[in-house]
Amino acid sequence: MEKVIKENAHSKILDALLADKDITIEDALENEMILNMGPQHPATHGVLRLLLRLDGETIVSCVPELGYLHRGYEKMAENMSYHEFIPHSDRLDYLAPLSNNVAWVLAVEKLIGIEAPPRAQYIRMLICELSRIASHLIAIGSFAMDVGALTVLLWTLREREKILDIWDILCGARFTTSYTRIGGVANDIQPEAIAKAEWFINQFDDNLTECEYLLNNNRIFIGRLEGVGVVSGEDAIQLGITGPTLRGSGIAYDLRRDMPYLFYNDLDFKVITHDGGDCLARYFVRVDECRESAKMVRQILSKMPKGNILFNSPKKVLPDKVEIYTKMEELIHDFMIVNFGINPPVGEIYNAIENPKGELGFYIVSKGEGHPWKCKIRSPSMVNCQGLPHMIKGCMVSDVVAIVGSIDPVMGEADK
Amino acid sequence: MERKEIIIQKIKDKLPGVQFTTAEFRGELSIILNKKDIVNLSSFLKDDPDLAFNFCEDVTAIDWARRNQRFTMVYHIFSMKNKFRLKLKCDVEEEDCNIDSVSSVWKTADWEERETYDMYGIHFNNHPDLRRMYMPEEFEYYPLRKDFPLMGIPGSLPLPKK
Repeated sequence: MEKVIKENAHSKILDALLADKDITIEDALENEMILNMGPQHPATHGVLRLLLRLDGETIVSCVPELGYLHRGYEKMAENMSYHEFIPHSDRLDYLAPLSNNVAWVLAVEKLIGIEAPPRAQYIRMLICELSRIASHLIAIGSFAMDVGALTVLLWTLREREKILDIWDILCGARFTTSYTRIGGVANDIQPEAIAKAEWFINQFDDNLTECEYLLNNNRIFIGRLEGVGVVSGEDAIQLGITGPTLRGSGIAYDLRRDMPYLFYNDLDFKVITHDGGDCLARYFVRVDECRESAKMVRQILSKMPKGNILFNSPKKVLPDKVEIYTKMEELIHDFMIVNFGINPPVGEIYNAIENPKGELGFYIVSKGEGHPWKCKIRSPSMVNCQGLPHMIKGCMVSDVVAIVGSIDPVMGEADK
Repeated sequence: MERKEIIIQKIKDKLPGVQFTTAEFRGELSIILNKKDIVNLSSFLKDDPDLAFNFCEDVTAIDWARRNQRFTMVYHIFSMKNKFRLKLKCDVEEEDCNIDSVSSVWKTADWEERETYDMYGIHFNNHPDLRRMYMPEEFEYYPLRKDFPLMGIPGSLPLPKK
């Protein structure tokens, strides 16, 4: 063996190798190497670090490293009141902040034992579905960009921009929305916002089809996704994968239908599944879910009831600003809620909703004080990342960007 | 019979050796058991065809900041077949800070347990890869314990010299 190598290798290379005392010739010609991908890599969608062991260009094993964006939200939640955490929930999955707001207040409302009025719940459903569309649009666009189809990103971002304009009217912010309140929402939805949402839904379908034209018959796009990063349905459940990634493996699991919250019972919608289990199936699921969400938005807008937007429970729900300035009682309640919190009963609840990325759950333990004793965030991105080693194993280096893009992790949420 | 009663009855029938109590809050059923039985009960709940708790949603711990029974492990499991969520809870003492890993039952518990180890310092026996999840490997403290201050501990992470 050694003889052959000595004969074949160039004498200069051989000299250089032999000069290093710690390395043997077998070591130097060893095929396996370690590749460090991230945390600053444009295709990992944030600060995800992947350590890859390569044999040639094939990946033998992969170890994801998380924690580069760990801000300790669970610790911070233990030291602030329930209302104070609403702005922080924006910063979890920053592509769908309104959805996180809804998840947090639903968990707290379950803990207190109150329910928002129907109009507030319909508004929450509306913003959940619109933010699902916005998040999926980013996912599709950046995913296509990662595998080499740049134009689609510009087109999907243009569509998402229209949704951000709706947020702008609705709550005055485009990203850091903090729109929901415990027991309702911050303000009633404006007629302009409803009109804008209607306009958006009417033109959305054509524009999405346009994007699809660019991708569905693009040979490079299909070639880079088909059969890549396959995970079977059973494996996906075992690994705890949720959201479009799980439904791309043919498992029809969707909390909107399986554990209905808000008024999802009243809506007519399908749970989208595709059987492939590969990156292409996950892309199809996202596109079809956008269409399904658009249909749901239409139903929500037509069914939107009139009425209050805040539950009437002065000791738990922040009163309206006008009332605080004009009435004594409300001023006292506002002072108590802001300074001492809402003091839910002793107990613990787990509440989860179907976020664009998967199942977002909050586990809150209350000791009857104004701040939670413990708050655990079950973030879908973190658990979905656990499936990465399984999907990546045996693929090529260039497939890694496709696989990471297809599960669409947001590191703000994965690292908490 | 209601789903909750079926589950309780079934565990009593099939696993007579497992001592447990139940609690309910806001319609969520919790089963409180001894930590030595956790793997036994978990694999029963998962493999039983009627109960079929095939999906582990979350694993975490609570620090009660008291001398006895300081930690409580909490497992949220879900049955996709019955659309039912169940909590398993067991106490862990501070002196004997370990519990058997359920990652052999649900693979997803692997990272969740790593996170719990990272945040609370509870060791998981038979865990395939017990490393810290978020904090650096050389970090000596457990941030979500109640005795860890919110502002952090000065000197716990290396900073640039003056």
